[in-house]
Amino acid sequence: MKNVLEFFEHTVEKFPNKVGFTDENRCSTFSEAMEKSKKIGTSLLQYGNRKAVAILIDKNCNCIHSMLGTLYAGDFYIVVDVHSPKDRIINILSSLDEPIILTDNSSLQLAKEVSSNETIVVYEEAIETTVDIDGLDSVRSDMIDMDIAYILFTSGSTGMPKGTVISHRALISYINWVTEEFKFDENTSFGSQTPLYFSMSVTDFYSTVKCGCTYNIIPKKYFSFPLNLVNYLNEKKVNTIYWVPTAISILSNWKVFDVAKPEYLKTVLFAGEVMPTKQLNYWIKSLDDDITYANLFGPTETTDICTFYRVNREFADDESLPIGIHCDNCQVFIVKEDGTEAGVDEEGELYARTTFMAEGYYGNPEKTAEAFVQNPLNKYYPERVYKTGDIVKMNVKGEIIYISRKDFQIKRSGYRIELGEIEAGANSVDGVKGCACIFNKEDNCLALVYEGKSKDSDKVMDAVRNKVPSYMYPDKIIRVKELPKNANGKIDRNYLTKNYKEL
Amino acid sequence: METVLEILAKVKPNVDFKNATAIVDDGLLDSMDIVMLVGELNDEFDIEIQVTDLVPENFNTVDAIVKMVERLEDED
Repeated sequence: MKNVLEFFEHTVEKFPNKVGFTDENRCSTFSEAMEKSKKIGTSLLQYGNRKAVAILIDKNCNCIHSMLGTLYAGDFYIVVDVHSPKDRIINILSSLDEPIILTDNSSLQLAKEVSSNETIVVYEEAIETTVDIDGLDSVRSDMIDMDIAYILFTSGSTGMPKGTVISHRALISYINWVTEEFKFDENTSFGSQTPLYFSMSVTDFYSTVKCGCTYNIIPKKYFSFPLNLVNYLNEKKVNTIYWVPTAISILSNWKVFDVAKPEYLKTVLFAGEVMPTKQLNYWIKSLDDDITYANLFGPTETTDICTFYRVNREFADDESLPIGIHCDNCQVFIVKEDGTEAGVDEEGELYARTTFMAEGYYGNPEKTAEAFVQNPLNKYYPERVYKTGDIVKMNVKGEIIYISRKDFQIKRSGYRIELGEIEAGANSVDGVKGCACIFNKEDNCLALVYEGKSKDSDKVMDAVRNKVPSYMYPDKIIRVKELPKNANGKIDRNYLTKNYKEL
Repeated sequence: METVLEILAKVKPNVDFKNATAIVDDGLLDSMDIVMLVGELNDEFDIEIQVTDLVPENFNTVDAIVKMVERLEDED
């Protein structure tokens, strides 16, 4: 198998009339999705293949048809956040080699505003095209599995966003792991939270493409109305979710399950940031015992995930979940500062050796060379591995424990400080809805920012004191009514680090 | 009413909330704004908005917000 569309075609053949995708306003069967995407693919053929197609469409069925349509044309797509600042969109467009802009009527105005001289293809016109079967076949027969399927732009902490290049081969191999590990099939009904320009969305979207699941796009507004969110999950009979921990915590913080429960839920997966244990325990205690919970871990550079941990024992509110073991067809290893492999309980940087690995960063050979390197443990033949930049260790059970981002590890008066440990202490306090520990180098200030009640700040400090040595005590405890979130729904640590004084 | 309007203006400036009939459904407030609004209302009126109060109908008009706040103040 060399093209991810083979998954799609297999699904269409097996379940042509099944609803594959739903958004707030409509649903799309697999055969309809194929018809539309082939038309879009045909309309893109005239511009040549292996082109960059920037999709400026909100998260809905149009966007899904456009993504698949781009692949039919032998092109690769870049889903762009239509709600992001125009400058960022222009930045992304200008970093691409002669991109085509694919948009729909609702975002056409935006597309015109951000484009310079790019070709603009409009969804509503493209789906009126007559499918050119021979043209699409001929494109496909020339493709190889190392051709690019898409590029995901991650928000680089400084300046330009970085575009991670993912091939069909990486995508296929990753999706094979995730669908087999969690036994997804045509009865799986996803409630999708993550944006399509974020690596986590690859998991529920392409699992649906492969296994004939149902991909229900949850309207964003429901995440501010927890009861409506639970009703929506029940209405769509959602049995599987894969959300960022911040989204999972919303339901815990409001204690929603005391009032209403998701009745069909069987699998709860999360990734993207550290899952606060207290909030997860609320789910575990409130919902059916037969629900599977798993902590997934990995960067965009390994398509989505490289290790995972199925929650199989109890964790106290101030304990952290392991990131677990490697995925199938993905080896991980830990390298110490001296370049040798770490033993049990020794800290080091996590490396991944896998077919899931990205090809590199688009138009950025320097950054690519820094992160995609020769395997430091192999001197004999070229073998590229990915340096995750995450500091981890392996415990005696053989589980990998996440410690921190390499860039989050700070040194003060000779001591090494792990921001994550301080957060785990603060998060265990009742009433703390979320927190982030940040270090501002210029001010030499270690600050703990939490969302919760102001009267809890002493309790937070006590919990931290019980958890970490005195050199790790924060200089400041700051209470906010709401932690700032980035576009993916995660806590915006860059913002906090820069603006902690003005909170 | 005036206090609620002031809070709304603080959460999201330059929006005509007074005449809005579908604050949530028209997307005048996004999910982050709602969280912030709930925090501000709780603090200002010394109330505790419960999850059962947190439904779009209670936030779609200024009137609805005021009614909810008054109801919760009475409950205390």
